[in-house]
Amino acid sequence: MMIDLGIIAAKAFLVLFMVLNLAGVLGWIERKGSALIQDRIGANRASIFGFAGMGLINTLIADPIKFLTKEDFIPPRGDRFLHTLAPCLALFPALVTFAVIPFGDVLTIAGREIALQVANLNIGILYIFAMASLSVYGIVIGAWASNNKFSLLGGVRGAAQMVSYEIAMGLSVLGVIMIFGTLELQEIVRAQGGLLQDRLPPWMAFLKSSIGWLPAWGIFLQPVAFLLFFTAAVAETKRIPFDLPEGEAELVAGYHVEYSGAKFLMFFTGEFAEIVTAGALVTTLFFGGWQVPYLMRDGFHLPWGDTLLLPHLAVVLLQVGAFAVKVVFFCWVQILLRWSLPRFRYDQVMRLGWKMLLPVALVNVIVTAVWIVLGERVSLRP
Amino acid sequence: MTLFIILAVLTVVSSLLVIFQRNVVHSAVALVAALFFIAVLFLTLDAPMIAILQVLVYAGAIMVLFLFVIMLLNPAALEPRKIAWWTLGSAAALLLVFLLMPRLLSTVAPRQAAPAGPGFGSPELLGQTLFGSFVLPFEIASVLLLVAIIGAVVLAKRKE
Repeated sequence: MMIDLGIIAAKAFLVLFMVLNLAGVLGWIERKGSALIQDRIGANRASIFGFAGMGLINTLIADPIKFLTKEDFIPPRGDRFLHTLAPCLALFPALVTFAVIPFGDVLTIAGREIALQVANLNIGILYIFAMASLSVYGIVIGAWASNNKFSLLGGVRGAAQMVSYEIAMGLSVLGVIMIFGTLELQEIVRAQGGLLQDRLPPWMAFLKSSIGWLPAWGIFLQPVAFLLFFTAAVAETKRIPFDLPEGEAELVAGYHVEYSGAKFLMFFTGEFAEIVTAGALVTTLFFGGWQVPYLMRDGFHLPWGDTLLLPHLAVVLLQVGAFAVKVVFFCWVQILLRWSLPRFRYDQVMRLGWKMLLPVALVNVIVTAVWIVLGERVSLRP
Repeated sequence: MTLFIILAVLTVVSSLLVIFQRNVVHSAVALVAALFFIAVLFLTLDAPMIAILQVLVYAGAIMVLFLFVIMLLNPAALEPRKIAWWTLGSAAALLLVFLLMPRLLSTVAPRQAAPAGPGFGSPELLGQTLFGSFVLPFEIASVLLLVAIIGAVVLAKRKE
């Protein structure tokens, strides 16, 4: 009993530790990455005994110390309590979402099976959407409590944008749920373990022989859903090209214009944690989560028949490593997007959400349903 | 039991705050908290699906719209108390307590909670029930929502 509790606590700690650290490192990647893209040098000032570590010292040590020692300013006519509550509400959903994301298969140590996932809910995807829907509060309440017109406008924009894109996001995932037939994230990842040829109906002989060797990842089964989901996820993180809630040309800094010091740091960390969450979700739903192509429980089984057996621990480490690599890759893609695209106009954001993503997502659901029914009907024929 | 008492107290306190706060935004935030605690109560009752839907629909969607409207309209932050409404509301509440009290007092808490059936609260069972035995009420509800959406569009499109 005590050991079980200890394992759960260790897993929760590990996940939070990894997410928060990755969020911190992403701050550095964002600075150096943007410098790389814009042909600048980027952060390189702070150093310890002459060692600047490519600006890593700046981001990981100097920045937090500076943030924590700055004055915590609360607007005199603002709402003290809600002004303090809002950054917590912004950080909380991004961190707790990770509880249901599986970062590996089952690890067996001394006969004890440890599922590499903090909480295995049979409604994992719904839990994620519930938490995502709560993330609006940090912005709305923070914007209102600041008693600033720019903040308020940013908050109103943010709320409208996030509510709109949540719908497209939910509908795009519906196709994935239909294909894999479960709401459990661990089950979805397991279902992506096989080859594509086992997932295609028998009458698709041509596709089976040409691309059947690919792993049965969500991206190959639901490519449209991937594009929709990724777009909506970037919109939910409120970054360029969707950063209208904080568009500095019009709104100074939008909903967090009246935030300083540690509270601003919390908003900032929340944003990076959201990037990590979005990356992890894309990985889990569309890129096989912790699956390594052709890696089974006992080692590699290549499609042309070769096998390479590996010990259990090596397999688990490979899987966790694969998950980490994929998540970091999608975080990098999001940072790349932020520094290569211009900002939308607000009416364009709304039009994209309601008139493009939503109808396409609905059509995707219908097409997926027809595909599933056709596959079943035709394969049932003797 | 301890967990239930803690959650119940939190729920009741935040519900009372909804009524007694004179700032509209504070009331709305307290209502979000109350809905959230009710969701946790569902969680302790072996109904995670209902708990999640409670957060998703009420706390995540409806209350966001509430706050959105409050922020857009920005009503006077402190509304003066109107004595007439205050007395009327108190009288209605007292009447309700008076009517409910005999029933509450005669109810005995079960010593052993009845175990939930197999698959209780699972998405599969919920879907089968919703689209099997209750398909007609479900469709009626969706038609009702469709009518509401069309009505909203018509109102928004109307030129003055």
